[in-house]
Amino acid sequence: MKKDTRKNKFKDKFDFWATNSEEGGWNISSTDEGSQKMLEEENEKQIKIQTGTDVIDDFVIDEDTSDDERMIVNMGPQHPSTHGVLRLQAELEGEVVRRVKPIIGYLHTGMEKTGEELNYFQGPTNTTRMDYLSPLFNELVFSLTTEKLIGIEVPDRAKNIRILMTELNRISSHLVALATGGMDIGALSMMIFGFRERELILNFFEKTTGLRMNHNYIRPGGVAADLPDGWQTDIEEILKIIPEKLQDYDDMLLDNPIWKGRLQNVGILTTEECFAYGVTGPSLRASGHSWDLRKAQPYSGIENFEFEVPVLNEGDVFARWRIKVLEIFESLKIVEQAVNKMPKGPYKVQDKKITPPPRKRLDESMEALIHHFKIYTEGFKVPEGDAYVAIESPRGELGCYIVSDGSSKPYRMHVRGPSFCNLQALPVIMTDSPIADAVAAIASLDPVIGDVDR
Amino acid sequence: MSSEIINTSVEEYKKLVESLHSENYEMMVDLTVVDWFRKKELRFEVVVQFLSISKNQRKTIKVFVDDEDLSIPSITDIYPSANFYEREAFDMFGINFLEHPDLTRILMPDDWNGHPLRKNYGSGRIPVQFKNAPKVE
Repeated sequence: MKKDTRKNKFKDKFDFWATNSEEGGWNISSTDEGSQKMLEEENEKQIKIQTGTDVIDDFVIDEDTSDDERMIVNMGPQHPSTHGVLRLQAELEGEVVRRVKPIIGYLHTGMEKTGEELNYFQGPTNTTRMDYLSPLFNELVFSLTTEKLIGIEVPDRAKNIRILMTELNRISSHLVALATGGMDIGALSMMIFGFRERELILNFFEKTTGLRMNHNYIRPGGVAADLPDGWQTDIEEILKIIPEKLQDYDDMLLDNPIWKGRLQNVGILTTEECFAYGVTGPSLRASGHSWDLRKAQPYSGIENFEFEVPVLNEGDVFARWRIKVLEIFESLKIVEQAVNKMPKGPYKVQDKKITPPPRKRLDESMEALIHHFKIYTEGFKVPEGDAYVAIESPRGELGCYIVSDGSSKPYRMHVRGPSFCNLQALPVIMTDSPIADAVAAIASLDPVIGDVDR
Repeated sequence: MSSEIINTSVEEYKKLVESLHSENYEMMVDLTVVDWFRKKELRFEVVVQFLSISKNQRKTIKVFVDDEDLSIPSITDIYPSANFYEREAFDMFGINFLEHPDLTRILMPDDWNGHPLRKNYGSGRIPVQFKNAPKVE
């Protein structure tokens, strides 16, 4: 589709010069002989060669070339636009990528093995380091799976805090995706803007959890601490500033001809391909299928919030960029509702076997001291069984599969990272497209290598 | 959201997956292995999660793999998304997925010995191996 439009565009453009064709013949006779005659270097073919338009993609795509004209090129693992340590082995023919193979494992740290060594209370410390751009989602999915195995329900305030924090995290994660995506294509201002706005949210996280990333804030049984004093003002500021800044991004990029030229009709992914390769999240929604686990299989009380699921039909890199901007608006709606209806009450389960007592109680109660000691030394026991829980992370379906053998440590802990699965679609996106579009394609899928390699 | 669990055998596994695919289970979401070392009769259990987007349902298939040959048919031709997951299971547990297009190590280096997520592969007790590292006596 893309090839044909390009070809026709150039054909129309150069019809003007084809003066000695039959249609244009009358034009010559009406003027002095010789004055309309083109110089040798001004004929159609010469001009095409001079302006470089003769070398369009079809030139190489249509023809068969021999094997020795193909070239294997390694991109990464140390490459700024591969979002970490992703390595791509690409087979090039001229400027066209014929085959590509993602090679991963450069950040593999054996987190699933580590997960078997840590008890359930320590578990979120490990899982939060997987997808380092959306750490709270990793903690949430681990906590939900553990709670499902134990069979407890967390208090309403804990649920609401979880939704508030994860949706803020979704905004910060999408802002990084927009920022690095812009940087890869050359919109450097976008990079500065995205990271600047993310700082607002990270400051709030630091105030609440003590850390900017790897929070270990959402734990089985609730959250680690209550929201800090004056948290409403901080969130009001976020809710006020971020929509203004998003407007700035739209002013800068939405009608920008260079941005559109680089992104539209590039790296198309159809709905069927998304299903086949297990692509979920914003990439699936940009391919025209409305599927959001927050609506379809709600978790942590998100069914009580009003928001919409944006869907775009183009399936190209531009749509995958645009959908992230639209999702930030929806997340802001959820954050606003979470602030307004924040219930009062405990922020963690009052079962002393699962959550440690407050620090102050240790000085006055022997029982509290024993519970505290037990939880911090051996953790709590989880009944036998297995559970798979999935939530909607900023990159797609984030699942956690835990097998328990009745002890205080998981027998097997497996995390289904969305980036790992989405990365399989990269060869589909990149095949038979120019190498210049490869960087845009990687950025649009937004893989986080910590999540891929685990 | 609970998912229906189906226990099956290696022989009927592929047929069952094909029937799931025809029943509008569009996505294979996750494939992993549990090592029941000295706990169950057969050691390795392959656990596959399926998702039907049109019906909004989940299904889980559990298969025990024979200890002798450790092999199970690959489902990459039905669900292409199984590719990376089967490579990961091969890398971490040493399960052979028959007729897989490219069954190589995915996360560990190519020349690594052993399968790290097996229960008899101790963590922290084996010296770290590096590719082409000079041997220090």
